[in-house]
Amino acid sequence: MIEVKNLHKKFGKLHVLQGIDVSIEKGEVVVVIGPSGSGKSTFLRCLNLLEQPSDGEIIFEGIDITNKKNDINKHRQKMGMVFQQFNLFPHLSIINNITLGPRKLKNETLEQAEKNARVLLKRIGLEEKANNYPAQLSGGQKQRVAIVRALAMSPDVMLFDEPTSALDPEMVGEVLEVMKELAAEGMTMVVVTHEMGFAKEVGTRVLFMDEGKIKEEASPDEIFSNPKNDRTKEFLSKIL
Amino acid sequence: MDFSVLQGYSHYFISGTINTVFIAILTVLLGVLIGTFLALMKISKNKVLKFLASAYIELIRGTPLLVQIFIFFYLITLPDFKLFGLEMSRFIPGVAALSINSGAYVAEIIRAGIQAVDKGQVEAARSIGLTSGQAMRYIILPQAIKNILPALGNEFVVVIKESSILSVIGIAELMRNTDIVRTAIFKPFEPLLVTAAIYFVLTFTLTRVLGVAERRMRTSD
Repeated sequence: MIEVKNLHKKFGKLHVLQGIDVSIEKGEVVVVIGPSGSGKSTFLRCLNLLEQPSDGEIIFEGIDITNKKNDINKHRQKMGMVFQQFNLFPHLSIINNITLGPRKLKNETLEQAEKNARVLLKRIGLEEKANNYPAQLSGGQKQRVAIVRALAMSPDVMLFDEPTSALDPEMVGEVLEVMKELAAEGMTMVVVTHEMGFAKEVGTRVLFMDEGKIKEEASPDEIFSNPKNDRTKEFLSKIL
Repeated sequence: MDFSVLQGYSHYFISGTINTVFIAILTVLLGVLIGTFLALMKISKNKVLKFLASAYIELIRGTPLLVQIFIFFYLITLPDFKLFGLEMSRFIPGVAALSINSGAYVAEIIRAGIQAVDKGQVEAARSIGLTSGQAMRYIILPQAIKNILPALGNEFVVVIKESSILSVIGIAELMRNTDIVRTAIFKPFEPLLVTAAIYFVLTFTLTRVLGVAERRMRTSD
């Protein structure tokens, strides 16, 4: 579904991604782990071109999206993204946060879009918050709304950029629960996270990144019980 | 101090005040129009547009308003005709100069207001698939307006006061009319104090109204 070839990203002199090659298949839950500064967030943000790669190709559903001739906005509709800081639109009610994309980009009518949004809100148990504003929600609730806002566009892949890192510990569970359900439904997911429990339980593959490269790539079982790379061993020994 | 000397001159103050308010409203509207375009040019990725907007803003802010008004007055020569009791050959260059001046300041207000919106908002909007134009229209501008409006209100207050400088090219606004009264009665203080009071009432009222509006807007957050 997504094929990344020799991806490089430089910020000035800083060489953040130094040649990433990876292929993500439909239905996979790829968990990206690694120390801070290893480039994992940058890698994720390159996938939907929130960061413009310095070099390399990203083939999404057969199309090279790094080619400027292709309309990136069309492809982004198929790639949902969830941010660490939620980034809900504070001036819009919860329901309008969710319906904005479908209405403006998929030409859904207001009724259609709201009906779909209510189904999604019900799924995360927040249907009674439809007319509230983001400021009235807890962090965990905001992030769950952010997830369904992305889902409202019916994406083919969901990108998660440390979705639980800005949450109070007691709210992490509710967000991970929604993500687990998504994975169980067969959604293709790429998740940058420090939640090793989630990686073990839900991940189909774990990528360990360090210094802008994928240092190790294996199934969760293998990477957690029998890491091969020295840096992976060191990293895991510190956090587990 | 004997304010009875002003008897018979009240219409000068009344029409002057009306004209001053009219000029200020017109200037702010035109200034916002100019300022919005300049601000969008300045934050655009196009280097030429960016340069033009920066040059405009620097040039206008770096030269005195008085000089600009005289330049416009001699640059724009129009036939004499009156509209709403105002001589258009003076009014049009005057308001043009004032608006173009105000636009430069408004541009900075709008630019700052837009750039104060969290970067994550654009990213979230773009990640859904909105174009940069749609993101600006549906996500950034509605939030930026909350930052912009209070500062724009202050600009309105500034313009009311600054418009007094248009008296130098003989536009019949409050200051010019005060000069007429002053030279007619050979007394400077009475007309000037009345005029100062009128300006103060205008700006003070406006500041209060803006304060209330601002507080209302904040509670909706």
